[in-house]
Amino acid sequence: MLEAFQTFFRELADTYPKWNFIFFYDPSQWDRVISGLWVTIQLSVVCVILSVLIGVGGAWLQGSPLRLVRNFVAGYIQFFRNTPPLIQLLFFYFALGQFTPTYSPDGWLEVPIISNVGWAIISLSFFAGAFNVEIFRSGIESVPESTIEAAESLGMSRLQIYIYVVMPLAFRVSLPALNNNLVNLVKTTTQALAIAVPELLYEMVSIYNDYSTAQNASMLVLFVVYIVLVGILVLGMNRWERSMKIPGYGS
Amino acid sequence: MSMSRAKGAIPGVTGAAKTDFAVLLPYRAGPSGAAQSLLFSRWMTSAQPWVLVSLLGIALLWPVTAMAQSNYSLTQATDALWRWMPFLVVGGFSQNILISFMTMAIGTLGGVLLGLWQVSKLTPLRRFAWFITQLFRNSPWLVLLFIVMLAFPFEIKIGSTIIAIPDWMKAVFGLSLPIMANISEIVRGAIQSVPTGQWEAAESLAYSRSQTMWRIILPQCFKRMIPPWMNWYAILTMATPLVSLLGVEEIVTLSRQAMEAEDNHPELLMPFYGFALVIFFAYCYPIARITIALERKFQVKL
Repeated sequence: MLEAFQTFFRELADTYPKWNFIFFYDPSQWDRVISGLWVTIQLSVVCVILSVLIGVGGAWLQGSPLRLVRNFVAGYIQFFRNTPPLIQLLFFYFALGQFTPTYSPDGWLEVPIISNVGWAIISLSFFAGAFNVEIFRSGIESVPESTIEAAESLGMSRLQIYIYVVMPLAFRVSLPALNNNLVNLVKTTTQALAIAVPELLYEMVSIYNDYSTAQNASMLVLFVVYIVLVGILVLGMNRWERSMKIPGYGS
Repeated sequence: MSMSRAKGAIPGVTGAAKTDFAVLLPYRAGPSGAAQSLLFSRWMTSAQPWVLVSLLGIALLWPVTAMAQSNYSLTQATDALWRWMPFLVVGGFSQNILISFMTMAIGTLGGVLLGLWQVSKLTPLRRFAWFITQLFRNSPWLVLLFIVMLAFPFEIKIGSTIIAIPDWMKAVFGLSLPIMANISEIVRGAIQSVPTGQWEAAESLAYSRSQTMWRIILPQCFKRMIPPWMNWYAILTMATPLVSLLGVEEIVTLSRQAMEAEDNHPELLMPFYGFALVIFFAYCYPIARITIALERKFQVKL
Protein backbone atom coordinates (compact mmCIF):
# COMPACT_ATOMS: atom_id res chain seq x y z
CA MET A 1 0.00 0.00 0.00
CA LEU A 2 2.66 2.42 1.08
CA GLU A 3 4.90 1.19 -1.68
CA ALA A 4 2.20 1.82 -4.29
CA PHE A 5 1.59 5.28 -2.82
CA GLN A 6 5.28 6.15 -3.04
CA THR A 7 5.65 4.74 -6.54
CA PHE A 8 2.64 6.73 -7.70
CA PHE A 9 4.11 10.04 -6.56
CA ARG A 10 7.56 9.15 -7.83
CA GLU A 11 6.11 8.45 -11.27
CA LEU A 12 4.00 11.59 -11.08
CA ALA A 13 7.18 13.57 -10.45
CA ASP A 14 8.82 11.90 -13.43
CA THR A 15 5.95 12.62 -15.82
CA TYR A 16 5.12 16.09 -14.50
CA PRO A 17 8.33 17.60 -13.13
CA LYS A 18 6.37 20.61 -11.83
CA TRP A 19 4.38 18.41 -9.45
CA ASN A 20 7.11 16.77 -7.48
CA PHE A 21 5.48 15.67 -4.20
CA ILE A 22 8.90 14.77 -2.89
CA PHE A 23 7.79 14.37 0.72
CA PHE A 24 5.37 11.62 -0.26
CA TYR A 25 8.12 9.27 -1.41
CA ASP A 26 11.30 10.52 0.23
CA PRO A 27 11.21 9.51 3.91
CA SER A 28 13.65 12.23 5.02
CA GLN A 29 11.49 14.96 3.48
CA TRP A 30 8.40 13.35 4.95
CA ASP A 31 10.03 13.57 8.37
CA ARG A 32 10.60 17.28 7.83
CA VAL A 33 6.93 17.84 7.03
CA ILE A 34 5.84 15.84 10.05
CA SER A 35 8.28 17.61 12.37
CA GLY A 36 7.05 20.96 11.05
CA LEU A 37 3.44 19.97 11.60
CA TRP A 38 4.30 18.77 15.09
CA VAL A 39 6.02 22.06 15.96
CA THR A 40 3.02 24.00 14.61
CA ILE A 41 0.64 21.94 16.74
CA GLN A 42 2.82 22.26 19.84
CA LEU A 43 3.27 25.98 19.31
CA SER A 44 -0.46 26.44 18.84
CA VAL A 45 -1.42 24.40 21.89
CA VAL A 46 1.12 26.05 24.20
CA CYS A 47 0.21 29.55 22.98
CA VAL A 48 -3.52 28.88 23.29
CA ILE A 49 -3.14 27.67 26.88
CA LEU A 50 -0.80 30.48 27.90
CA SER A 51 -2.89 33.17 26.24
CA VAL A 52 -6.06 31.96 27.97
CA LEU A 53 -4.21 31.99 31.31
CA ILE A 54 -2.95 35.51 30.58
CA GLY A 55 -6.49 36.51 29.66
CA VAL A 56 -7.99 35.13 32.87
CA GLY A 57 -5.23 36.59 35.04
CA GLY A 58 -5.26 39.95 33.29
CA ALA A 59 -9.02 40.27 33.54
CA TRP A 60 -8.76 39.55 37.27
CA LEU A 61 -6.04 42.16 37.68
CA GLN A 62 -8.16 44.68 35.77
CA GLY A 63 -10.73 44.50 38.53
CA SER A 64 -8.05 45.19 41.13
CA PRO A 65 -8.64 48.01 43.61
CA LEU A 66 -5.09 49.26 42.96
CA ARG A 67 -4.94 51.92 40.28
CA LEU A 68 -1.34 51.14 39.41
CA VAL A 69 -2.14 47.50 38.61
CA ARG A 70 -5.10 48.49 36.45
CA ASN A 71 -3.01 50.98 34.51
CA PHE A 72 -0.27 48.43 34.01
CA VAL A 73 -2.72 45.93 32.51
CA ALA A 74 -4.23 48.66 30.34
CA GLY A 75 -0.79 49.61 29.04
CA TYR A 76 0.03 46.00 28.26
CA ILE A 77 -3.20 45.56 26.30
CA GLN A 78 -2.70 48.76 24.34
CA PHE A 79 0.84 47.88 23.40
CA PHE A 80 0.04 44.41 22.10
CA ARG A 81 -3.20 44.92 20.30
CA ASN A 82 -2.28 48.11 18.50
CA THR A 83 0.91 46.91 16.83
CA PRO A 84 1.44 44.26 14.13
CA PRO A 85 2.28 40.82 15.57
CA LEU A 86 5.11 40.39 13.09
CA ILE A 87 6.88 43.48 14.35
CA GLN A 88 6.24 42.30 17.92
CA LEU A 89 7.97 39.01 17.10
CA LEU A 90 10.96 40.76 15.54
CA PHE A 91 11.06 43.25 18.39
CA PHE A 92 11.01 40.50 21.03
CA TYR A 93 13.49 38.21 19.36
CA PHE A 94 16.02 40.65 17.95
CA ALA A 95 15.69 43.60 20.30
CA LEU A 96 14.82 42.07 23.68
CA GLY A 97 16.68 38.85 22.85
CA GLN A 98 19.91 40.87 22.82
CA PHE A 99 19.63 41.55 26.51
CA THR A 100 18.70 38.15 27.90
CA PRO A 101 21.46 36.31 29.77
CA THR A 102 23.20 33.40 28.08
CA TYR A 103 24.43 30.05 29.36
CA SER A 104 26.95 27.53 28.13
CA PRO A 105 25.79 23.94 27.86
CA ASP A 106 29.24 22.63 26.82
CA GLY A 107 31.61 25.37 27.93
CA TRP A 108 32.12 26.69 24.39
CA LEU A 109 28.82 27.77 22.96
CA GLU A 110 26.96 30.74 24.36
CA VAL A 111 23.28 29.97 24.14
CA PRO A 112 20.65 32.52 25.19
CA ILE A 113 18.32 31.12 27.83
CA ILE A 114 15.30 31.92 25.69
CA SER A 115 15.50 30.30 22.25
CA ASN A 116 13.66 31.53 19.17
CA VAL A 117 10.88 29.06 19.90
CA GLY A 118 10.70 30.49 23.40
CA TRP A 119 10.41 34.02 22.09
CA ALA A 120 7.77 32.96 19.59
CA ILE A 121 5.73 31.40 22.40
CA ILE A 122 6.15 34.48 24.61
CA SER A 123 5.37 36.96 21.88
CA LEU A 124 2.39 35.11 20.40
CA SER A 125 0.91 34.29 23.82
CA PHE A 126 1.13 37.88 24.95
CA PHE A 127 -0.31 39.04 21.63
CA ALA A 128 -3.36 36.78 21.88
CA GLY A 129 -3.48 37.23 25.65
CA ALA A 130 -4.02 40.97 25.28
CA PHE A 131 -7.14 40.28 23.23
CA ASN A 132 -8.24 37.60 25.68
CA VAL A 133 -8.05 40.02 28.61
CA GLU A 134 -10.51 42.30 26.84
CA ILE A 135 -12.74 39.40 25.86
CA PHE A 136 -12.91 38.10 29.43
CA ARG A 137 -13.40 41.58 30.81
CA SER A 138 -16.49 42.03 28.64
CA GLY A 139 -17.69 38.64 29.85
CA ILE A 140 -17.13 39.60 33.48
CA GLU A 141 -19.02 42.84 32.96
CA SER A 142 -22.04 40.81 31.92
CA VAL A 143 -22.20 39.21 35.37
CA PRO A 144 -24.60 41.39 37.35
CA GLU A 145 -23.52 43.21 40.48
CA SER A 146 -26.29 41.51 42.43
CA THR A 147 -24.83 38.07 41.78
CA ILE A 148 -21.46 39.19 43.10
CA GLU A 149 -23.10 40.80 46.12
CA ALA A 150 -24.96 37.59 46.78
CA ALA A 151 -21.69 35.70 46.74
CA GLU A 152 -20.13 38.31 49.00
CA SER A 153 -22.95 37.96 51.47
CA LEU A 154 -22.13 34.26 51.64
CA GLY A 155 -18.69 35.26 52.90
CA MET A 156 -16.68 34.46 49.78
CA SER A 157 -13.40 36.24 49.20
CA ARG A 158 -12.67 38.23 46.03
CA LEU A 159 -10.64 35.37 44.57
CA GLN A 160 -13.28 32.80 45.49
CA ILE A 161 -16.02 34.90 43.89
CA TYR A 162 -13.89 35.21 40.79
CA ILE A 163 -13.17 31.50 40.49
CA TYR A 164 -16.50 30.00 41.56
CA VAL A 165 -19.09 32.57 40.55
CA VAL A 166 -17.91 35.14 38.03
CA MET A 167 -15.63 33.09 35.81
CA PRO A 168 -17.96 30.14 35.12
CA LEU A 169 -20.61 32.58 33.93
CA ALA A 170 -18.28 34.98 32.16
CA PHE A 171 -16.42 32.19 30.42
CA ARG A 172 -19.56 30.86 28.79
CA VAL A 173 -20.58 34.31 27.66
CA SER A 174 -17.21 35.17 26.16
CA LEU A 175 -16.63 31.79 24.51
CA PRO A 176 -17.64 32.81 20.94
CA ALA A 177 -15.27 35.78 20.94
CA LEU A 178 -12.56 33.69 22.57
CA ASN A 179 -12.87 31.02 19.90
CA ASN A 180 -12.49 33.59 17.18
CA ASN A 181 -9.35 34.91 18.77
CA LEU A 182 -7.84 31.47 19.30
CA VAL A 183 -8.43 30.51 15.67
CA ASN A 184 -6.72 33.74 14.75
CA LEU A 185 -3.82 32.85 17.03
CA VAL A 186 -3.30 29.50 15.30
CA LYS A 187 -3.19 31.33 11.97
CA THR A 188 -0.70 33.81 13.41
CA THR A 189 1.73 31.04 14.42
CA THR A 190 2.83 30.95 10.77
CA GLN A 191 4.49 34.31 11.37
CA ALA A 192 7.03 32.61 13.64
CA LEU A 193 8.74 31.86 10.34
CA ALA A 194 10.24 35.33 10.64
CA ILE A 195 12.46 34.22 13.53
CA ALA A 196 13.23 30.80 12.02
CA VAL A 197 10.99 28.67 14.24
CA PRO A 198 10.88 25.32 12.40
CA GLU A 199 7.09 25.12 12.08
CA LEU A 200 5.17 23.83 9.08
CA LEU A 201 5.46 26.88 6.86
CA TYR A 202 9.19 27.12 7.56
CA GLU A 203 9.76 23.45 6.74
CA MET A 204 7.71 23.66 3.57
CA VAL A 205 9.57 26.76 2.42
CA SER A 206 12.91 25.09 3.09
CA ILE A 207 11.82 21.97 1.20
CA TYR A 208 11.10 23.95 -1.93
CA ASN A 209 14.29 25.90 -1.44
CA ASP A 210 16.13 22.59 -1.56
CA TYR A 211 14.05 21.05 -4.36
CA SER A 212 12.73 23.74 -6.66
CA THR A 213 10.55 21.22 -8.51
CA ALA A 214 8.60 20.62 -5.30
CA GLN A 215 7.38 24.22 -5.24
CA ASN A 216 3.80 23.72 -6.46
CA ALA A 217 3.39 20.49 -4.56
CA SER A 218 4.60 21.86 -1.24
CA MET A 219 2.45 24.98 -1.52
CA LEU A 220 -0.61 22.90 -2.33
CA VAL A 221 -0.04 20.53 0.57
CA LEU A 222 0.71 23.44 2.89
CA PHE A 223 -2.56 25.14 1.99
CA VAL A 224 -4.59 21.96 2.41
CA VAL A 225 -2.96 21.12 5.74
CA TYR A 226 -3.72 24.56 7.18
CA ILE A 227 -7.29 24.47 5.92
CA VAL A 228 -7.75 21.09 7.58
CA LEU A 229 -6.07 22.23 10.82
CA VAL A 230 -8.12 25.40 11.11
CA GLY A 231 -11.23 23.52 9.98
CA ILE A 232 -10.86 20.96 12.77
CA LEU A 233 -10.30 23.73 15.28
CA VAL A 234 -13.33 25.73 14.12
CA LEU A 235 -15.58 22.67 14.15
CA GLY A 236 -14.36 21.62 17.58
CA MET A 237 -14.80 25.10 18.97
CA ASN A 238 -18.32 25.37 17.54
CA ARG A 239 -19.32 22.11 19.20
CA TRP A 240 -17.82 23.26 22.48
CA GLU A 241 -19.63 26.57 22.14
CA ARG A 242 -22.93 24.78 21.63
CA SER A 243 -22.42 22.50 24.61
CA MET A 244 -21.45 25.44 26.87
CA LYS A 245 -24.32 27.64 25.73
CA ILE A 246 -26.38 29.18 28.51
CA PRO A 247 -30.00 28.25 27.82
CA GLY A 248 -32.10 31.27 26.98
CA TYR A 249 -29.12 33.61 26.73
CA GLY A 250 -28.47 35.38 23.46
CA SER A 251 -30.41 34.75 20.31
CA MET B 1 -36.09 35.97 28.55
CA SER B 2 -39.08 34.32 27.09
CA MET B 3 -40.70 31.69 29.19
CA SER B 4 -44.10 30.29 28.67
CA ARG B 5 -45.70 29.43 31.94
CA ALA B 6 -48.89 27.49 32.36
CA LYS B 7 -51.68 29.29 34.10
CA GLY B 8 -51.98 28.55 37.75
CA ALA B 9 -48.42 27.24 38.03
CA ILE B 10 -46.61 27.91 41.27
CA PRO B 11 -43.46 29.97 40.62
CA GLY B 12 -40.36 28.17 41.74
CA VAL B 13 -42.16 24.86 42.08
CA THR B 14 -43.86 23.93 38.83
CA GLY B 15 -42.17 26.64 36.77
CA ALA B 16 -39.28 29.05 36.92
CA ALA B 17 -39.34 31.51 39.79
CA LYS B 18 -40.10 35.11 38.93
CA THR B 19 -37.16 37.25 39.90
CA ASP B 20 -35.90 40.77 39.63
CA PHE B 21 -32.34 39.58 39.45
CA ALA B 22 -31.08 39.26 35.93
CA VAL B 23 -28.88 36.19 35.64
CA LEU B 24 -26.65 37.80 33.04
CA LEU B 25 -26.38 41.19 31.46
CA PRO B 26 -25.83 41.54 27.72
CA TYR B 27 -22.33 40.87 26.45
CA ARG B 28 -21.02 44.12 25.09
CA ALA B 29 -18.06 43.10 22.97
CA GLY B 30 -20.24 43.00 19.90
CA PRO B 31 -21.24 40.06 17.77
CA SER B 32 -18.06 38.06 17.87
CA GLY B 33 -18.39 35.66 15.02
CA ALA B 34 -19.86 38.21 12.66
CA ALA B 35 -17.51 39.76 10.16
CA GLN B 36 -19.10 43.12 10.90
CA SER B 37 -17.90 43.34 14.43
CA LEU B 38 -15.58 46.26 14.83
CA LEU B 39 -13.57 44.68 17.61
CA PHE B 40 -10.28 45.86 16.20
CA SER B 41 -11.28 49.48 15.72
CA ARG B 42 -13.12 49.61 18.99
CA TRP B 43 -10.11 48.32 20.83
CA MET B 44 -7.84 50.67 19.09
CA THR B 45 -9.92 53.74 19.84
CA SER B 46 -10.06 52.83 23.47
CA ALA B 47 -6.35 53.66 23.53
CA GLN B 48 -5.53 56.92 25.22
CA PRO B 49 -3.12 59.43 23.68
CA TRP B 50 -0.62 58.57 26.41
CA VAL B 51 -0.25 55.15 24.80
CA LEU B 52 1.57 56.70 21.87
CA VAL B 53 3.88 58.56 24.21
CA SER B 54 4.59 55.50 26.32
CA LEU B 55 5.19 53.36 23.23
CA LEU B 56 7.82 55.81 22.14
CA GLY B 57 9.19 55.89 25.67
CA ILE B 58 9.58 52.12 25.87
CA ALA B 59 11.25 52.07 22.47
CA LEU B 60 13.77 54.70 23.47
CA LEU B 61 14.41 54.12 27.15
CA TRP B 62 15.09 50.41 27.17
CA PRO B 63 18.56 50.61 25.60
CA VAL B 64 19.59 53.30 28.05
CA THR B 65 19.13 50.99 30.98
CA ALA B 66 20.27 47.83 29.26
CA MET B 67 23.29 49.04 27.33
CA ALA B 68 24.64 51.84 29.45
CA GLN B 69 28.15 50.37 29.37
CA SER B 70 28.45 50.02 25.60
CA ASN B 71 30.45 52.50 23.57
CA TYR B 72 27.74 53.07 20.97
CA SER B 73 25.54 55.53 22.75
CA LEU B 74 21.82 56.00 22.57
CA THR B 75 22.22 59.46 21.09
CA GLN B 76 24.16 57.96 18.22
CA ALA B 77 21.39 55.42 17.69
CA THR B 78 18.67 58.03 17.73
CA ASP B 79 20.77 60.23 15.43
CA ALA B 80 20.94 57.31 13.03
CA LEU B 81 17.20 56.87 13.22
CA TRP B 82 16.73 60.59 12.63
CA ARG B 83 18.96 60.44 9.56
CA TRP B 84 17.14 57.43 8.12
CA MET B 85 13.65 58.53 9.06
CA PRO B 86 12.79 60.36 5.79
CA PHE B 87 14.01 57.33 3.85
CA LEU B 88 11.99 54.92 6.01
CA VAL B 89 8.83 56.98 5.68
CA VAL B 90 9.09 57.93 2.00
CA GLY B 91 10.57 54.70 0.71
CA GLY B 92 9.13 52.27 3.23
CA PHE B 93 5.95 53.30 4.91
CA SER B 94 4.50 54.88 1.78
CA GLN B 95 4.98 51.51 0.13
CA ASN B 96 2.96 49.89 2.93
CA ILE B 97 0.19 52.38 2.31
CA LEU B 98 0.31 51.82 -1.44
CA ILE B 99 0.06 48.07 -0.91
CA SER B 100 -2.84 48.51 1.48
CA PHE B 101 -4.72 50.79 -0.95
CA MET B 102 -4.27 48.46 -3.91
CA THR B 103 -5.17 45.41 -1.84
CA MET B 104 -8.28 47.09 -0.53
CA ALA B 105 -9.34 48.08 -4.05
CA ILE B 106 -8.93 44.57 -5.46
CA GLY B 107 -10.28 42.92 -2.33
CA THR B 108 -13.37 45.12 -2.35
CA LEU B 109 -14.17 44.41 -5.98
CA GLY B 110 -13.79 40.68 -5.49
CA GLY B 111 -15.51 40.74 -2.12
CA VAL B 112 -18.59 42.59 -3.32
CA LEU B 113 -18.95 40.14 -6.19
CA LEU B 114 -18.55 37.13 -3.89
CA GLY B 115 -20.90 38.63 -1.32
CA LEU B 116 -23.61 39.17 -3.92
CA TRP B 117 -23.09 35.63 -5.14
CA GLN B 118 -23.51 34.41 -1.58
CA VAL B 119 -27.11 35.64 -1.55
CA SER B 120 -27.77 34.51 -5.12
CA LYS B 121 -30.85 32.47 -5.96
CA LEU B 122 -28.70 30.01 -7.91
CA THR B 123 -27.72 27.27 -5.48
CA PRO B 124 -24.44 26.19 -7.17
CA LEU B 125 -23.27 29.80 -7.37
CA ARG B 126 -24.21 30.43 -3.74
CA ARG B 127 -22.43 27.28 -2.61
CA PHE B 128 -19.37 28.15 -4.65
CA ALA B 129 -19.20 31.68 -3.23
CA TRP B 130 -19.67 30.36 0.30
CA PHE B 131 -16.89 27.82 -0.23
CA ILE B 132 -14.42 30.36 -1.60
CA THR B 133 -15.24 32.77 1.21
CA GLN B 134 -14.71 30.18 3.93
CA LEU B 135 -11.58 28.86 2.24
CA PHE B 136 -9.80 32.20 2.22
CA ARG B 137 -11.20 33.42 5.51
CA ASN B 138 -9.84 30.41 7.36
CA SER B 139 -6.37 30.13 5.90
CA PRO B 140 -3.37 31.98 7.35
CA TRP B 141 -2.47 35.15 5.48
CA LEU B 142 1.17 34.26 5.30
CA VAL B 143 0.44 30.92 3.63
CA LEU B 144 -1.70 32.64 1.01
CA LEU B 145 1.04 35.20 0.46
CA PHE B 146 3.67 32.53 -0.08
CA ILE B 147 1.45 30.61 -2.47
CA VAL B 148 0.62 33.66 -4.57
CA MET B 149 4.20 34.92 -4.59
CA LEU B 150 5.41 31.59 -5.94
CA ALA B 151 2.52 30.66 -8.18
CA PHE B 152 2.25 33.99 -9.96
CA PRO B 153 4.48 34.61 -12.98
CA PHE B 154 6.85 37.55 -12.70
CA GLU B 155 5.86 38.75 -16.15
CA ILE B 156 2.91 38.30 -18.46
CA LYS B 157 3.21 38.13 -22.20
CA ILE B 158 0.39 39.70 -24.16
CA GLY B 159 1.22 39.29 -27.82
CA SER B 160 4.73 40.61 -28.11
CA THR B 161 4.65 43.02 -25.16
CA ILE B 162 5.97 41.73 -21.89
CA ILE B 163 4.43 43.22 -18.81
CA ALA B 164 6.57 42.75 -15.73
CA ILE B 165 4.71 42.27 -12.47
CA PRO B 166 6.67 43.80 -9.61
CA ASP B 167 6.80 41.63 -6.52
CA TRP B 168 4.84 44.14 -4.43
CA MET B 169 2.00 43.74 -6.91
CA LYS B 170 2.09 40.01 -6.34
CA ALA B 171 1.97 40.66 -2.62
CA VAL B 172 -1.12 42.77 -3.26
CA PHE B 173 -2.82 39.82 -4.96
CA GLY B 174 -1.86 37.56 -2.08
CA LEU B 175 -3.20 39.90 0.59
CA SER B 176 -6.36 40.66 -1.34
CA LEU B 177 -7.54 37.03 -1.12
CA PRO B 178 -8.32 37.05 2.63
CA ILE B 179 -9.58 40.64 2.39
CA MET B 180 -11.90 39.60 -0.42
CA ALA B 181 -13.30 36.75 1.66
CA ASN B 182 -13.89 38.98 4.68
CA ILE B 183 -15.53 41.71 2.63
CA SER B 184 -17.73 39.06 1.06
CA GLU B 185 -18.95 38.24 4.57
CA ILE B 186 -19.55 41.93 5.29
CA VAL B 187 -21.65 42.28 2.14
CA ARG B 188 -23.63 39.14 2.85
CA GLY B 189 -24.23 40.19 6.45
CA ALA B 190 -25.31 43.70 5.43
CA ILE B 191 -27.73 42.40 2.80
CA GLN B 192 -29.22 39.93 5.22
CA SER B 193 -29.54 42.59 7.91
CA VAL B 194 -32.12 44.45 5.78
CA PRO B 195 -35.55 43.34 6.99
CA THR B 196 -37.41 40.97 4.67
CA GLY B 197 -40.29 43.44 4.68
CA GLN B 198 -38.25 45.60 2.33
CA TRP B 199 -37.97 42.76 -0.18
CA GLU B 200 -41.66 42.08 0.06
CA ALA B 201 -42.59 45.74 -0.30
CA ALA B 202 -40.39 46.02 -3.39
CA GLU B 203 -41.91 42.89 -4.83
CA SER B 204 -45.39 44.27 -4.34
CA LEU B 205 -44.30 47.33 -6.32
CA ALA B 206 -43.30 44.96 -9.14
CA TYR B 207 -39.57 45.47 -8.82
CA SER B 208 -37.54 42.63 -10.23
CA ARG B 209 -34.99 40.89 -8.02
CA SER B 210 -32.02 42.73 -9.45
CA GLN B 211 -33.88 46.05 -9.32
CA THR B 212 -34.73 45.42 -5.68
CA MET B 213 -31.12 44.60 -4.97
CA TRP B 214 -29.58 47.61 -6.69
CA ARG B 215 -32.23 50.27 -5.97
CA ILE B 216 -33.53 49.30 -2.57
CA ILE B 217 -31.36 46.90 -0.65
CA LEU B 218 -27.80 47.92 -1.56
CA PRO B 219 -28.27 51.68 -1.00
CA GLN B 220 -29.35 50.83 2.56
CA CYS B 221 -26.49 48.39 3.01
CA PHE B 222 -23.89 50.82 1.83
CA LYS B 223 -23.91 52.88 5.00
CA ARG B 224 -23.77 49.78 7.15
CA MET B 225 -20.84 48.38 5.25
CA ILE B 226 -18.61 51.44 5.55
CA PRO B 227 -17.51 51.00 9.21
CA PRO B 228 -16.64 47.28 8.97
CA TRP B 229 -14.94 47.96 5.66
CA MET B 230 -12.72 50.57 7.28
CA ASN B 231 -12.12 48.23 10.17
CA TRP B 232 -10.71 45.71 7.73
CA TYR B 233 -8.61 48.39 6.15
CA ALA B 234 -6.95 49.03 9.50
CA ILE B 235 -6.40 45.30 10.05
CA LEU B 236 -4.92 45.01 6.58
CA THR B 237 -2.56 47.92 7.11
CA MET B 238 -1.33 46.24 10.27
CA ALA B 239 -0.71 43.08 8.24
CA THR B 240 1.32 44.71 5.47
CA PRO B 241 4.71 44.17 7.21
CA LEU B 242 4.16 40.47 6.43
CA VAL B 243 5.26 41.11 2.86
CA SER B 244 8.76 41.90 4.14
CA LEU B 245 9.16 38.15 4.76
CA LEU B 246 8.95 37.72 1.00
CA GLY B 247 11.52 40.38 0.29
CA VAL B 248 9.13 43.10 -0.83
CA GLU B 249 10.45 46.54 -0.07
CA GLU B 250 8.54 48.16 2.76
CA ILE B 251 9.24 49.65 6.15
CA VAL B 252 10.58 46.53 7.90
CA THR B 253 12.78 45.55 4.96
CA LEU B 254 14.19 49.06 4.74
CA SER B 255 14.68 49.30 8.51
CA ARG B 256 16.81 46.18 8.34
CA GLN B 257 18.84 47.59 5.46
CA ALA B 258 19.29 50.87 7.27
CA MET B 259 20.50 49.06 10.38
CA GLU B 260 22.96 47.10 8.27
CA ALA B 261 24.22 50.33 6.78
CA GLU B 262 24.77 51.59 10.33
CA ASP B 263 26.99 48.60 11.15
CA ASN B 264 24.28 46.55 12.86
CA HIS B 265 24.77 47.90 16.35
CA PRO B 266 22.30 46.12 18.62
CA GLU B 267 21.35 49.49 20.11
CA LEU B 268 19.78 50.40 16.77
CA LEU B 269 17.19 47.64 16.99
CA MET B 270 15.07 49.32 19.63
CA PRO B 271 14.74 52.74 17.99
CA PHE B 272 14.21 51.32 14.50
CA TYR B 273 11.67 48.63 15.34
CA GLY B 274 10.14 50.96 17.90
CA PHE B 275 9.70 53.57 15.18
CA ALA B 276 7.96 51.00 12.98
CA LEU B 277 5.61 50.12 15.83
CA VAL B 278 4.81 53.76 16.50
CA ILE B 279 4.24 54.76 12.88
CA PHE B 280 1.73 51.96 12.34
CA PHE B 281 -0.08 52.91 15.48
CA ALA B 282 -0.12 56.58 14.49
CA TYR B 283 -1.56 55.73 11.09
CA CYS B 284 -4.22 53.26 12.21
CA TYR B 285 -5.42 55.10 15.29
CA PRO B 286 -7.22 57.96 13.44
CA ILE B 287 -8.76 55.45 11.04
CA ALA B 288 -10.13 53.46 13.95
CA ARG B 289 -11.51 56.64 15.52
CA ILE B 290 -13.29 57.64 12.29
CA THR B 291 -14.64 54.09 11.94
CA ILE B 292 -16.21 54.19 15.38
CA ALA B 293 -17.60 57.69 14.78
CA LEU B 294 -19.12 56.61 11.46
CA GLU B 295 -20.59 53.52 13.03
CA ARG B 296 -22.28 55.63 15.65
CA LYS B 297 -23.56 57.99 12.95
CA PHE B 298 -24.91 55.23 10.70
CA GLN B 299 -26.35 53.19 13.52
CA VAL B 300 -29.70 51.71 12.64
CA LYS B 301 -32.29 53.30 14.86
CA LEU B 302 -34.84 50.86 16.03
